[in-house]
Amino acid sequence: MLKRRLSAHAANISLCLAVLTVLSGCEIKTNTQPAANGNGNGAHASTDPGGEPLPEDGGSKRVLIDGSSTVYPISQAVAEEFQRTHSDVKVVVGTSGTGGGFKKFVAGETDINDASRPIKEKEIARCKESGIEFLELKVAIDGISVVINPDNDWCKTMTVAQLKKLWEPGSKVKNWNELDPSWPEEEIKLYGPDTDSGTFDYFTDVICGEEGASRADYTPSTDDNVLVRGVSGEKYALGYFGFAYYLENADKLKAIAVSPTDDAADAVAPNSESIEGGQYKPLARPLYLYVNKAKLARPEVAEFLTYFLEEGQVLVGDVGYVKLGAETHAETLTSLKEAIGN
Amino acid sequence: MSDQELEYARLLKRRHLISSGFEWGCRIATFSALLFLGILLLGVVWQAWGWLDTQYLTSFDSRRPKAAGLLAGLWGTFWLILFTAIFTVPIGVGAAIYLEEYARDSWFTRVIKVNLANLAGVPSIVYGMLGVTAFVRMFGWFSAVDDLRIETYLGFGTLAIPLPLGRCLLAGSCTLSLLILPIVIIASQEALRAVPPSIRHASYALGATKWQTIRHQVLPAATPGISTGIILSLSRAMGETAPLIMIGALTYLAFAPGNLNTPMDGIRDPQLILDAPFDMFTSIPIQIFNWVGQPKSEFQHVAAAGSLVLLVLLVLFNATAIVIRNRAQKRITW
Repeated sequence: MLKRRLSAHAANISLCLAVLTVLSGCEIKTNTQPAANGNGNGAHASTDPGGEPLPEDGGSKRVLIDGSSTVYPISQAVAEEFQRTHSDVKVVVGTSGTGGGFKKFVAGETDINDASRPIKEKEIARCKESGIEFLELKVAIDGISVVINPDNDWCKTMTVAQLKKLWEPGSKVKNWNELDPSWPEEEIKLYGPDTDSGTFDYFTDVICGEEGASRADYTPSTDDNVLVRGVSGEKYALGYFGFAYYLENADKLKAIAVSPTDDAADAVAPNSESIEGGQYKPLARPLYLYVNKAKLARPEVAEFLTYFLEEGQVLVGDVGYVKLGAETHAETLTSLKEAIGN
Repeated sequence: MSDQELEYARLLKRRHLISSGFEWGCRIATFSALLFLGILLLGVVWQAWGWLDTQYLTSFDSRRPKAAGLLAGLWGTFWLILFTAIFTVPIGVGAAIYLEEYARDSWFTRVIKVNLANLAGVPSIVYGMLGVTAFVRMFGWFSAVDDLRIETYLGFGTLAIPLPLGRCLLAGSCTLSLLILPIVIIASQEALRAVPPSIRHASYALGATKWQTIRHQVLPAATPGISTGIILSLSRAMGETAPLIMIGALTYLAFAPGNLNTPMDGIRDPQLILDAPFDMFTSIPIQIFNWVGQPKSEFQHVAAAGSLVLLVLLVLFNATAIVIRNRAQKRITW
């Protein structure tokens, strides 16, 4: 027994020695320069798909973006176009969600976080803790669209009060005629994003008065296309989701004009003019980029963000969102230029 | 006919009715499963028709559905599964051999076995969270800001391992390995247990050592079962999305791991091969998942084409497994 134990020890020791021998050939390095490359990858000569050799360090200039899947189409489109003209920079985009992205942002793992809502107090506190200063940039506007089936010929407008009555927690509204006596006595089939979504947070906040306060007996889905299919397939359905999904499916859906007051005459339908001009209230919401200020020192990050706010604004419309109003745009661009200048 | 005979005939008819009823029940079960599979396959092929072409397989993702491609995902999945297999096979089979052949039945091994069975049922997202802590951030032992690396010169290039690993491909492979290890171990254990003890006894009787017995008798006999388990779990790893998104796999990138966009790149510059495991990545299921959620309806076709590629890869993978299994089975001559 003892002999067996001893031989086991001997085996362990020789294993350790073997590992040490391998490790002795290694050296541990830290990058003294604050990394021109984002992820700490080895810098070396590499070739681009065209076969032309790039300068040393060419392949590893990276801009790291993560965060909201709502903002993703914009970031992806801008990244794609940016890389056409800046072939030495690789822009990567993740979709961990606004909150999930902030966790990585706070850990210093990303340069930019896509957000479909403003940063929360808690997240600001965590940024302070880990010494990360951030810059908030508005990049586009989304108008959360309340949609119905195209065969629905009775409902054209709704007031915020009606929407609240319909969606508030514990709402007893079951049939259309409970919202307006002239509407049919048919059950409303409700569709909406699930509780993880920034759209859900924003909608409940402005309609029900409290973030996350919503009736629970509706069909939720993370996948907005499921909601589109649901509403377009049922005559008495109603749902809400981002403007891009309405725009792409405008032949299968109708958007309701929403009135911020109790007067249905004030109702405004969601379209790019009313969202950009701020008339589509209260469901228009800005989409943000949060930038780690320290990373602006890397020219590729600064260049990418400038591109995002200048040339990138054209792409915003392409992917179904609404570009910023001239004034907000100018302000945002100035704040970026100032931050880069520092 | 007497009453008794009549009664007998009635019962006999009833028994045969039940018997054939059961047969038909089973038949319907089989064919309904096949029917749904068929509908699913037809649906995917129908949607993917005209979208799956060489352009699709050789270009990166794009916001334009026509220009979007799967290249980043293809390479990502290739590297992921390669490293997952490298980690899982020796550890999984080794652990199974230890538990079945060496370990004595004590409370300790029983605890391990119960835990393995439980771990096999843990949702994959939990492994994702574990992967973030253990591999991506390495429990916070190293600061991401320092950009610490262990470098080794390997003759044709430098292997640079970043500490912490960060959101790299290797962290993804490690996470997937953890995810499928319990399944591999359990499957391998079953395969080893199925080897008749008489074979072992005969081997010992001829003077073979334990190592010789395992190496020449037990392992070859268990290979078909073990390889089936490995292939099935690697197929599962291939289709996983949640844990990879959790550890920070990306959705959009316009390069393959290590900038290794074609195998030729690796021959021209072997250094790229050493960089690939530590690079950022995406995978086929992540790309599909992302396309399905896009507002533009054409992306549904792009996603279907991705599903078709994944299906074909899985079929090829399983076919290879069957070939290996059959060849291994033929070699067994007792």
